[in-house]
Parts: sequence; structure tokens; C-alpha cells
Amino acid sequence: MTKQEALFEYVLRKADDTLILGHRLSEWCGHGPVLEEDIALTNLALDLIGQATELYQYAAEVENKGRNEDDLAFLRLEREYKNVLLVEQTNGDFGKTIVRQFLFDHFQSLLYERLMNSADEQIAAIAEKSIKEVKYHLKHSSEWVIRLGDGTEESHNRVQESVTDLSRYIEELFYQDEVDEILIKEGIAADTASFKEEYYNNINAVLSEATLSLPEKMWQLDGGRKGVHSEHLGFLLAELQYMQRTYPGMEW
Amino acid sequence: MTTQELQSQDLWNFLEDVKDPEVPVLSVVDLGVVREIENIENNSWLITITPTYSGCPAMQVIEEGIKERLEQEGIRAQVKTVLSPAWTTDWLSENGRRKLKEYGIAPPVNEVDKSVLFAEQTPVPCPSCNSTNTRMVSQFGSTACKAHYTCNDCLEPFDYFKCLK
Ligand SMILES: [Zn+2]
Repeated sequence: MTKQEALFEYVLRKADDTLILGHRLSEWCGHGPVLEEDIALTNLALDLIGQATELYQYAAEVENKGRNEDDLAFLRLEREYKNVLLVEQTNGDFGKTIVRQFLFDHFQSLLYERLMNSADEQIAAIAEKSIKEVKYHLKHSSEWVIRLGDGTEESHNRVQESVTDLSRYIEELFYQDEVDEILIKEGIAADTASFKEEYYNNINAVLSEATLSLPEKMWQLDGGRKGVHSEHLGFLLAELQYMQRTYPGMEW
Repeated sequence: MTTQELQSQDLWNFLEDVKDPEVPVLSVVDLGVVREIENIENNSWLITITPTYSGCPAMQVIEEGIKERLEQEGIRAQVKTVLSPAWTTDWLSENGRRKLKEYGIAPPVNEVDKSVLFAEQTPVPCPSCNSTNTRMVSQFGSTACKAHYTCNDCLEPFDYFKCLK
């Protein structure tokens, strides 16, 4: 694998994480439990899809095969999407959406903090831009985890169930392979192992404040980075890609 | 005015007429979105802009607005978008802050670092009665750059142009 191939793959993976999570959040539009949260979740979606646009633009430039950001976002097959499994999981109730967001926000925040110092200027610029938004996301999801976890018996039980359920996707956030190894050597990628402990400390601090806890042991799933997804991604893509598949090249 | 006499300051002045479509009281200059104006050759200029938020849907409209306004002056302009250094509310002009308040939107106050979760919030004064006895209803408002507040004294709900650093 060349450095250029690794860079394309690396940026694409991050772009797919943000696009798919952004799309999931956009599904809440008009369905939020209260108006303020409906607006909050769609604001988060907008930030993430904006970040995805920047990342796809850069991936397309690195790839240099005449594809643009829209081709990458809309015209690939399921196995070509490289997002982690966490982000494609269904919304469930509001609590599950919040827990999914919480687990991702804490990871993304630590990752971008490091990527701001990437030897790759464009990655550093995107991270510098995005982290300001991610800090808002992080605060929002963390506050809700506490409010729901330390809320009523009903909200506590439901959100604990989501924590348990989604905890099987945490380790995959730190997944690394040849792509990362090549770029870590160049000072371009961040070594996820270097902030894994900090991640667990951060989420555990909030969870304990929320009277919630990660299960002692949970079977961990992965495959997303290789394009092997859960059954949910196909349905998501069917909706995401519908317009471009039905009316190729349409613009509005 | 002949084109030979055009100085970049003239272009800055023209761009005062281009408003942020989401907060039409602010110009793109007030907002700090226009970063640089450079003369490429003769009548051709390069305008460098930076987005407020990654997903800000106004950027395209702003870019077109800039080109259109300069075209009215017979100026050919290219618009380039850069991400770094990343936009911050520190770039809002003093004029912009005043206009926001008059418009009923509370201008950004210096906030504590958000990554310090649950730190005490800096109070946001009500744009109507100046009371600092206000509360945040939601961190996310009608557009990416705003949060939603309510004044506990005059009971007025208001938008807060939130701090981004
Ligand atoms: Zn008031």
C-alpha cells in the first residue's frame, strides 16, 4: 500500500463515520421528543455532514481519479463504506441516540485534538475547524447522559440498556491496521492506542456521575473499517442514496 | 471611479453590502468571514473566505453574494474558501456585535472551555433589558451559530450568537 492509498483510505474512513452518523441524526428531523432537541439533533447532523463534505473533498483530491465528494458520498456500494459499526446503529429511543452520540463524541474529540497537529496540512485544518463543533456535541451528549441516567427509574433503565448494548462497538473505534501504521509513521494519523485510556477515563467519569456503568465484559464487534457492516447500513444507504440512484446527477 | 484606482479598501466597503443570509443584520465583513482581499491582476481580485461552521448552508449564498456585488462594480472576483485558521467569534467586529444586540440577538460572551464539562456558565445578558438573570433553553438554536435563551426578568425569549473558539 502506498502512502497515497493509505491517506485516501484514512480520510475516507473518517468521512464515512461523520456522514453516516450525520444521516442517522437527520432521521430525527421532525421526530424529536421536544422541539429544542429536534433542533439540537439536526444541528449536530448539519455539523457532521459539513465535516463529511470537507473530508470527502479532500479524499477525492488525494485519490485523484476524477471523483468528487458527491460521488464518494452517494455512489458507492455498501461494502465500500468504511465507517465504524457504532455510527450506523439505529436511533432507537432518544436515550439510545444520545448514548451512541456520547460514545462517538468523546472519541472524536480526542482524535481531532491530536489531528490538529497532523503533518498533513489539510487534515490538521479540518480537525482544527471541527473540534470547535465537537466540543458542543460532547457537552450536549454528556449532559443528557447524566440527566437520563440519574433521572427516573424508567429513564435510568432504558439508558443503561443502551449503554450495555452499544458498548460492544467501543473497541472498534480504536481499530488500526496497515493504513494507520503507514500514516502514524509519517506523523499524519493519530495513534488511537495513545488516547484509549483517556477515552475510558472520560466516559467512565460521566457514566458514574449518571449512575450508569459499562458492563464488565462485552463481546466486541468490528468489521466496519473493512466494509463488513451490520444489517442496518444497507437500509440507511437505500434512503441516503435514493435521489442520486433514481435521478443520476440531479442537482437542486 | 476608474478601475485603476481601485484599492482593496474599496472592495472591503462594497462587501459591507453583502449580508449573512441567516443573520441579515450582519455583513460578511462584520461576521469575519471575509479574510483577505488580494489583487491578482488589473481588474481581477481574489477574495478569501472561511466558513463559520463546517455545515453552514449559507456559505454558497455568501460566495455568490460576494461575486454578484463585485460584478455590479465591474470587478471580476474569484472566491477561495480556506478552513485554517478556523473561524472564531473573536472575529466578529465591534460594529457587528452592536448590530446583533440592536437586532435582538445577544452577542457572544467569553465562555469557559466547553471541554471542561459542567463548568459554571458565563451569564449571557438579555438583549432587551440587559439583565444577566437569563437561562439557556437549548445550546442549539435556529441556526448553527445560535443558542436559544430566555430572560428570567423580562421573560423575553432570545437568540444568543454563541461563542465559538
Ligand atoms: Zn430581559
